[in-house]
Amino acid sequence: MPNIPPTCKLELRALQCSRNDALLFNDLSCVLQTGETLYVRGANGSGKSSLLRMLAGLAQPDAGDVRWCGTDTRALGSDYAAVLQYVGHQNGIKLDLTAQENLAFYQALNGGPDAAALITALERTGLASCAALPARRLSAGQRRRLALARLLLWHAPLWLLDEPLTSLDDDGRALFRGLMQRHTTGGGIIVMATHEADIGANGPHRELVLQ
Amino acid sequence: MSVASAFMAVLRRDLLLGLRHRVEIINPLVFYILIASLFPFAVGSDRSTLGIIGPAVIWVCALLAATLSLDRIFHADFEDGSLEQLFLARQPLVLLTSAKVLAHWLLCGLPLIPAALALNALYQLPVTSLWPMLTTLLLGTPVFSLTGAALAALTVGLRGGGVLLALLILPLYIPVLIFAVGAVGNAMNGLSIAGELYFLAALLVLALTLMPLAAAAALRIRLG
Repeated sequence: MPNIPPTCKLELRALQCSRNDALLFNDLSCVLQTGETLYVRGANGSGKSSLLRMLAGLAQPDAGDVRWCGTDTRALGSDYAAVLQYVGHQNGIKLDLTAQENLAFYQALNGGPDAAALITALERTGLASCAALPARRLSAGQRRRLALARLLLWHAPLWLLDEPLTSLDDDGRALFRGLMQRHTTGGGIIVMATHEADIGANGPHRELVLQ
Repeated sequence: MSVASAFMAVLRRDLLLGLRHRVEIINPLVFYILIASLFPFAVGSDRSTLGIIGPAVIWVCALLAATLSLDRIFHADFEDGSLEQLFLARQPLVLLTSAKVLAHWLLCGLPLIPAALALNALYQLPVTSLWPMLTTLLLGTPVFSLTGAALAALTVGLRGGGVLLALLILPLYIPVLIFAVGAVGNAMNGLSIAGELYFLAALLVLALTLMPLAAAAALRIRLG
């Protein structure tokens, strides 16, 4: 389970983002405490993905800053990278590698091999029987599950998820809701861009609608 | 988790992907041999003519073959979202970029060196040119991969980025081409090649020092 101080929080402070000279959002502020979930909603092109990329440190805001436990994430550098897990639009998996090889690579990159955690991640996402299959042979939903399995490889308190339910079937969605609940119950924070009207998640959550 | 382990993880993954998708390795190699093989048909089999153009043709073809494969360093990772994950890894991006460049050279640069042996014979070049040809390729092809990686990072994800990359990179390869072909020519004429080799080694050291940093910086710009 995530292990973060209960006083820790994610702060979005007066964020501004523009694209192609058009302002997507301005003066966007929000504070997320441990155990909270923020659903980011909005039409296509409203800046949901841009916001998540900013929170991950992949892009910089035009103005404002993001703080983790009171410190600007730009100052935290790789220490901030160590506390977050990001699942973007793209799955970040290699189709010529097996499901197991894909996860093992990310484990090696982010903390070293842990066979037990890898097997658990595959089992909890329903991919245990596909572990040795090249990702190319998995369905779109299974590939999405594989991307989400990355969340379980190591304990990162902050999950940033961009349309995580894309391509998932009902079982997959239920499974993912379970993962989210477990994460927030353990003190984790989730920021999730979604089009889903009712995500069906329990626990403290808020909504941010980008116009 | 040491940085060396992360470096090895990226290197191992890229080598594995390359070996499982061999066409990306074989294409530049076939291009290299095929294009270099066409010149003797065009200019005839006169040994003195082949001796004059041989080193230059072999080197220009190596340069073009290396350029052909540069796009593969970052493009696939950019498309499938892996590049974002590398960016968010706990290890320095410059280190992970270096691993990717090394994998590219091992897969696409190194095979050009033994292929040059066959081309040396095809052009009926003297045995004295063999050692300088191999040495210059060994020093020059990593410079191609390193310099190419920095520009490939800068153009990754751009529409028409492949063409732009070729236009940007070819002028930067000219110093390597001059010193490498000069070294082979000197060897064929019985002259010393030490000066040319020192220059090539200096270019390699410069590229090793600067280009991974430039590639990592370029990736930050492109991803941001």
